[in-house]
Amino acid sequence: MNFETTIGLEVHVELKTKTKMFSPSPVEFGDEPNTNTNVIDFGFPGVLPKVNKQAYRYGIMVALALNANVTKDTHFDRKNYFYPDNPKAYQITQFEKPLGTDGWVEIEVDGQKKKIGIAELHVEEDAGKNTHSEDGYSYVDLNRQGTPLIEIVSKPDIASPDEAYAYLEKLRQIVQFTGASDVKMEEGSMRVDTNISIRPIGQSEYGTKTELKNLNSFNFVRQGLAYEEKRQSRILMSGGSIRQETRRYDDATGQTYLMRVKEGSDDYRYFPEPDIPPFHLSDDWINEIKASIPEMPDKRRDRYVNDFGLPEYDAQVITNTKEMSDFFDAAVNHNADPKQVSNWLMGEVNAYLNENKVDLPQTKLTPENLAAMINLIKDGTISSKIAKKVFQETITNGTEPKKYVEDKGMVQLSDPAKLTPIVDGILDSNQQSIDDFKNGKDRAVGFLIGQIMKQTRGKANPKVVNQILMTELKKR
Amino acid sequence: MVDYFNEDITSLHDKLVRKEISVRQLVEATYDYIDKTEGKVNAFITLNKEAALKQADALDEKGVDPDNLLSGIPLGIKDNIVTKGLKTTAASHILDNFMPVYNATVMDKLDALDTITVGKTNMDEFAMGGSTETSYFGKTHNPWNLDKVPGGSSGGSAAAVAAGEVIAALGTDTGGSIRQPAAFNGIFGIKPTYGRVSRWGLMAFGSSLDQIGVMSRTIKDSALVLNAISGHDEHDGTSAAADVPDFTAALNQDIKGLKIAVPKEYMDEGVDDDVVSAIKAAIATFEKLGATVEEVTLPYTKYAVPAYYIIASSEASSNLQRYDGIRYGFRAKDVNSLKSVYVRSRSEGFGDEVKRRIMLGSFSLSAGYYDAYFKKAAQVRTLVKRDFDQLFEKYDLVLGPTAPTSAFGLGEKITDPVTMYLNDILTIPANLAGIPAASVPAGFSKDGLPIGVQLMAKALDEATIFKAADAFERHTDFHNQVPAFKGGQN
Repeated sequence: MNFETTIGLEVHVELKTKTKMFSPSPVEFGDEPNTNTNVIDFGFPGVLPKVNKQAYRYGIMVALALNANVTKDTHFDRKNYFYPDNPKAYQITQFEKPLGTDGWVEIEVDGQKKKIGIAELHVEEDAGKNTHSEDGYSYVDLNRQGTPLIEIVSKPDIASPDEAYAYLEKLRQIVQFTGASDVKMEEGSMRVDTNISIRPIGQSEYGTKTELKNLNSFNFVRQGLAYEEKRQSRILMSGGSIRQETRRYDDATGQTYLMRVKEGSDDYRYFPEPDIPPFHLSDDWINEIKASIPEMPDKRRDRYVNDFGLPEYDAQVITNTKEMSDFFDAAVNHNADPKQVSNWLMGEVNAYLNENKVDLPQTKLTPENLAAMINLIKDGTISSKIAKKVFQETITNGTEPKKYVEDKGMVQLSDPAKLTPIVDGILDSNQQSIDDFKNGKDRAVGFLIGQIMKQTRGKANPKVVNQILMTELKKR
Repeated sequence: MVDYFNEDITSLHDKLVRKEISVRQLVEATYDYIDKTEGKVNAFITLNKEAALKQADALDEKGVDPDNLLSGIPLGIKDNIVTKGLKTTAASHILDNFMPVYNATVMDKLDALDTITVGKTNMDEFAMGGSTETSYFGKTHNPWNLDKVPGGSSGGSAAAVAAGEVIAALGTDTGGSIRQPAAFNGIFGIKPTYGRVSRWGLMAFGSSLDQIGVMSRTIKDSALVLNAISGHDEHDGTSAAADVPDFTAALNQDIKGLKIAVPKEYMDEGVDDDVVSAIKAAIATFEKLGATVEEVTLPYTKYAVPAYYIIASSEASSNLQRYDGIRYGFRAKDVNSLKSVYVRSRSEGFGDEVKRRIMLGSFSLSAGYYDAYFKKAAQVRTLVKRDFDQLFEKYDLVLGPTAPTSAFGLGEKITDPVTMYLNDILTIPANLAGIPAASVPAGFSKDGLPIGVQLMAKALDEATIFKAADAFERHTDFHNQVPAFKGGQN
């Protein structure tokens, strides 16, 4: 029997606002427990929520970037459940009229493009954090309580773990480009819940789904889903049936383990949040937000390929993050050759970032300096070899390349009037090499250039040296 | 020395400004009187004597501001309004040790005007009830007849004013909790437009219905206090972004030509003959003053009670979930698991009526029942609102009884929740519609219990209520009647 797979993803993204969704407490990570809280976060009697307009604005940006319809007349709802990290015992969310509906993103797997639908996305507040300590107590930290989130729910269009991976990558990229979130799995600003079911090909109703938890990276999502796909098919093939259950992925073994069996569905007793009146979004506001959305990665990629002639692969890598793409555009605007900028970003810059485990904005490299350096190579002022030293200096200390090479005397020797006597001097003391050259041994040229470079301490312009050497050799 | 039956805020203010009495003397006299009466009335849960005297001394030192009528005036505050550093319990065991760390907006506003909080008044637990009998802190007695209920849920505030313990008090009104006790105690009580007064710091019961208001013997005193507590508040997303007129400007006006509608449903069977007679007399008075009164129909009135109990209970079931024994308030002893903290703290901490409404509300919101109950109730609410909108296109006021009966006996209805709920039929519509409504003293039953006439106006038009109520007050003597009970001499 052949099966087809259906995967659903619920992605929570923390919005990059200064204050919480419904309270003026700061959104900050890593502070002392319960310091970024106020009476609202603690759910004291009598407190009321106040909507953070910037958070909603980010939500609308993401909805538009995901090609969703923005719901103009909407309200918040309460989702009721008891848990110590949920001080009001309800979460303020959107249930009946989510902020955005019916969006899509395009993914590419093995050269095949496919649209993945987004059923809905909505704005809501995060819960606090419970820690179960070995001392027998459980501790509640409400710093995270009330942090603005958007939840993005996919349609059942994802048919493989690879598609799920590509979808998450795309989602992360798009949200990151809007500037609404850092979307970092490792910092918890992006979290993924998945469900997966399989059914015999041709069957119209979906199979029973299982939910997967503890998927802390896109790779774990892919691996967990792949494991689960196989596990379900093994059960069905042997005549068994799938239970509706929640399973935990263990990255050490790459397997999933039963957490709990679901009996019936939770009843959250949703109803409209009475403390926040229903609201209407004006077309003016939506249009203003639309106009403020930065160019999305797909558009940039096309532009890089069509306008700058970058290879598809380069364009893909450069548009992976908004920082990199913005940097690229800025450097090109400083009159640097696009392909050269792309080469440097993908090569030396990426290597530096990986080695030092930093992001581009954390370095001292500016688009202006990178462009200046590339142009110094282009006009022959420095060699590619020298450029590597200049690069290390400018990315580490922010030094201006031109000033640096001048101060350090690294300017390349390109003047034939200065280079010719040096070439002649080397030839004078290497008769053997001249003979070898005349006997057709090309290696001799390499040796002679090496000698010249050595004498000029690497400053000679190789191209010019090569020309002079050829001319002078012929004279001998 | 000070007899609140013979004073109003203006006369007290004059005495304070002229230094006939000091603020300290006023506050001491208030507590001396309360000492004598509380044993019989039990209008307060917590008295604030020490802090009040300290504040009085500070005010005496600073001097009472001659331009601020409320400076140094002692007030009662219902115990579901949070007062920083003063125990606030909502009359519930689950909060019987709760000390707020912040002030309600109304308290900040009153504090800024140097009023003095005498204490926190008794009420039905979490404002759920119409008799103040569901309080964890004992029943409050009606000063007109100590065997009768003071009404509720603001029964403590109403009884404190009627007994002469304070000149005015804040109450809250979700389905009639200011107006019905005002009627039962022969005083004025106004529930302003939903959104007129900030709910920040009001312990939520039915968030879409709750509103803080004022109760006092004279209409002018309520106008003065309402002036002080009204206004838009950034903390409350449902607060109205509307200018607040000076409500005292509506006083001493002519009401000739005022158009009053009397819904026939409000005078139907189920309303006591004594009440009908008093309301008919009130109608005659208004006509004599030049108002035109016409009978109209509000066909959705009969659905208002079920719709209200579904909406209010549903919201309450969610609002009261935060009382879980985790962060503050009562926690059951000897609990050994998370679930037992929740279940036992809430089982032991809430009274029967609160539990009944939590169950009713949870049921109305649960999957499979939401459409039939909560959603249907919300639709009824829209229709009730529309009923009023249409009436207010033609009329300035809607008039009817505040309650179908005068005060009933203690213990009489507490075992029969449905009868108790039906007692709210005349006050609930104003909450569903979000419009302002007040109860004005309008007579007495055969056995000497007060009866109130209710006046409702369109949203944000409290001024018309004050205008009509004040004209009525000037031409009647009901507000000057005092209970035989006075100073505990009953």
